[in-house]
Amino acid sequence: MSHSELINLTIAEARDKLARREFFARELVEAHIAAMDATRPLNAYVTETAEKAMEAAKRSDDRRDHIREIGGSCASMEGIPIAIKDMFCTEGVPSTACSKILKGFVPAYESTVSANLLRHGSIMLGKVSNDEFAMGSSNTTSAFGAVKNPWKRADDAADLVPGGSSGGSAVAVASRAAMCATGTDTGGSIRQPAAFCGIAGLKPTYGRCSRWGIVAFASSLDQAGPMARTARDCAIMLEAMAGFDPKDSTSVDKPVPNFEAALTGEVKGLKIGVPKEYRAPGMTSEIEALWEQGIAWLKDAGAEIVEVSLPHTKYALPAYYIIAPAEASSNLARYDGLRYGQRVSGANLTEMYENSRGEGFGPEVKRRILMGTYVLSAGYYDAYYRQAQKVRRLVSNDFSEAFQKCDALLTPTTPTPAFAIGENADDPLAMYLNDVLTVTVNLAGLPGMSVPAGLDQKGLPLGLQIVGRAWDEETVLRIGDVIEQQSGFNSLPAGLAKL
Amino acid sequence: MLIEGRTGSWEIVVGLEVHAQVISNAKLFSGSSTAFGGEPNTQVSLVDAAMPGMLPVINEKCVEQAVRTGLGLNAQINLVSVFDRKNYFYADLPQGYQISQFQQPIVGEGVVTVDMPDGSVKEIGIERLHLEQDAGKSIHDQHPSQSYIDLNRSGVALMEIVSKPDMRSPDEAAAYLTKLRAIVRYLGTCDGNMAEGSMRADVNVSVRKPGDAFGTRCEIKNVNSIRFVKQAIEIEARRQIEIIEDGGSIDQETRLFDPNKGETRPMRSKEEAHDYRYFPDPDLLPLVLPESLVAEIKASLPELPDEKKARFIDHYGLRPYDAAVLVAEQEKAAFFEEVVGTADGKPKRDPKMCANYVTGDLFAALNKAGKEITESPISAEQLGGLIDLIADDTISGRIAKQVFEDMLESGKDAAIIVEEKGLKQVTDTGAIDAEIDKVITANQDKVEQYKGGKDKLFGFFVGQVMKATGGKANPAMVNEMLRKKLDG
Repeated sequence: MSHSELINLTIAEARDKLARREFFARELVEAHIAAMDATRPLNAYVTETAEKAMEAAKRSDDRRDHIREIGGSCASMEGIPIAIKDMFCTEGVPSTACSKILKGFVPAYESTVSANLLRHGSIMLGKVSNDEFAMGSSNTTSAFGAVKNPWKRADDAADLVPGGSSGGSAVAVASRAAMCATGTDTGGSIRQPAAFCGIAGLKPTYGRCSRWGIVAFASSLDQAGPMARTARDCAIMLEAMAGFDPKDSTSVDKPVPNFEAALTGEVKGLKIGVPKEYRAPGMTSEIEALWEQGIAWLKDAGAEIVEVSLPHTKYALPAYYIIAPAEASSNLARYDGLRYGQRVSGANLTEMYENSRGEGFGPEVKRRILMGTYVLSAGYYDAYYRQAQKVRRLVSNDFSEAFQKCDALLTPTTPTPAFAIGENADDPLAMYLNDVLTVTVNLAGLPGMSVPAGLDQKGLPLGLQIVGRAWDEETVLRIGDVIEQQSGFNSLPAGLAKL
Repeated sequence: MLIEGRTGSWEIVVGLEVHAQVISNAKLFSGSSTAFGGEPNTQVSLVDAAMPGMLPVINEKCVEQAVRTGLGLNAQINLVSVFDRKNYFYADLPQGYQISQFQQPIVGEGVVTVDMPDGSVKEIGIERLHLEQDAGKSIHDQHPSQSYIDLNRSGVALMEIVSKPDMRSPDEAAAYLTKLRAIVRYLGTCDGNMAEGSMRADVNVSVRKPGDAFGTRCEIKNVNSIRFVKQAIEIEARRQIEIIEDGGSIDQETRLFDPNKGETRPMRSKEEAHDYRYFPDPDLLPLVLPESLVAEIKASLPELPDEKKARFIDHYGLRPYDAAVLVAEQEKAAFFEEVVGTADGKPKRDPKMCANYVTGDLFAALNKAGKEITESPISAEQLGGLIDLIADDTISGRIAKQVFEDMLESGKDAAIIVEEKGLKQVTDTGAIDAEIDKVITANQDKVEQYKGGKDKLFGFFVGQVMKATGGKANPAMVNEMLRKKLDG
């Protein structure tokens, strides 16, 4: 098969073809390394590990041969080339959270999620970019520079953001420079870039994937998840990532289902809730129209549509922007230049802290540390942090109520399509509004997925979000798969052809 | 205790926050060893060094030890408790925060009964006990311009035991600390070794005129011996009284005790005062204890000092003071009980005589040699043997002292020493009679004086007879027979 054919396969297709020996893992990896080279101007990868990947591909082929000889089946992702977000610590490979403060940090350990993926046979092509410490919705705050969306508006040449924080992951997958990528999602960081780049991305239930070895942003919200081109690929990848980990006290000891088996193509009888509060301010008419289209598709497929109310939605974003920075301000205290990463010396300890952290952190990270420090301070804690926790409880209760009436929710993923690099740059509030439809899901710890559902008039992809009950990723994936079938989304990014 | 100032007498009010290192093989949230004295940075896991992405996992053993201690302090065990982060920057605090318990500690209110040197007892309230991580150690004297950090201690489990402000003198504070140390040692939850830093105290001191409301307190940090705690309280109280009597007021602050200069001084200025920004640690779920676990731990508690003391008074008829001295350390109490022994469910030897020998001669000898009871050169069995020889009149109490000294030196059994040195008491009336006659014959002048009313000379005759028998004559028999001969 040609490189072009190989990189356009889904994981499920590649898996089956590898099994039938239509090609080898080393060919598949080679094709993706070539794509990684070709798409380098998009700046998705921050560390490429092509040589290691080729060695791993050879070992993968050997394993496959060996298993073939002695009987049995290969691991579920045997030979599949993947990209890993730079938030994940990877043994022997620089892991920096795309921050200057972690410059030169090479972990001696492998995060549980990436280790699980490797154990299931997948092959890491390299580390992909994200907003610094996963703080952002545009992947412009990375210490490695902005990542470019392979999609462009039909009528102008402006480089668009891929969304964030998992922008590098989304771009690598959308531009066929990886078959899938890990993401982390604290307030929408998987779903929003997936929507902006025309791919699928799932944030699992909090506790489904181990956080061990992932650079922490906001511990009570962070969750790793799969980013791939189809719901089926997300299912395959999630199954390989997930599972109880005794090293993470918030990971939950539940069996990992066969997610792919949940994709029955059948939504008949499912009740789909449409929350009336999700008509967000600033939502484009095209996105509203797409939402209606999504509702119509599911109705056609036999699902029942019910209107539900999530009355505390409007308080979710402010609560999120208190809780997440509060946790971040504490989580990022360990980056002090003492034991690893970048140290900038000073006349005394305090000066060394000030210099190291002052030079090491970018402006958005500093802004959030300041906000977080403020809301936890004596005299403000009750007014901000405690209040935000109460809102969080109410938001969570809203979902519980809604799920009395329906099996899953359907909403748009974002209020707008991808915007140009530089837009919103001087207005953090406008930037934060990107998360308005996704943060509620993190606050409630629920599974949420974005699937590509269509293009707007300028040719940019738009995503629909499916939210499920806790631990019910299966229903979410099933609905996502049906929407994909109905939308028939198979557009390739226009920007890709120009590379 | 009241201190006299220029304006009258003052009362000292003391509360203690004791940090007790939990006895466990591994740290509170990581699997690293907690052994004391390892080479710097050899007992540090990725979690202890706060590497990116590392997460804490609670060590169940440490939780059990905290519950055990809480039960030993007669305290409320909270079945749900929460770990919080206490945020501050310091070089030996890798995470940039200490995991502690702020609003919902694992142990609530309790009470400790304290034995005062005069034999009286006082109850000191416990406010709470919570679990927290220790920090690492900064070493400032190895390099002219840089500091070194040793993270071996980073993450080790501490119990912070907070008393109520119930103590009123340095002696009460010392007695409380002594008792607390005895309790945790009995429980096996902390080794109580203040010199190694496994137990240290923050001392809160304020003063007031008796009957007034509490004054403003100062906290003296990290005092590492009971003696220093007493000194620090005394010195700090006098400083505060002086300020108030000069018309000033006390600033609530953290101070350090300098035993060399005999003063306390401020630790940090107010501008540097920390806002710890406590909030629940999102990496840890609330700690939920099954009631059955608490019951199980309760059932496994050893006999604690107070119970043991009551039993010693009850069963052995000891004086409260002696009982308190014996139960101060489990090993001492056990030694005493072994000396007494049992026969048919009753004490085999006279408990009071045994208590006197253990708390008197033996403790003095150990003290002098700087040895612990567990290193005693005389075993409990050997001491029992000596007491048996006194009880069956084989030797007199006076000879026994001599035999005891010999036992300390040689480690031999009392019976062997008595045999080898021919110290057996003479109870043969004929032999004593003969010696008495010799003494009377040789001292006719004194006999006359005695008969003439000089009663005090009786002692002289006893002494002469004892001397003539090499101290071995039974003193009671000598007395009785002399009286018959002289008075009869």
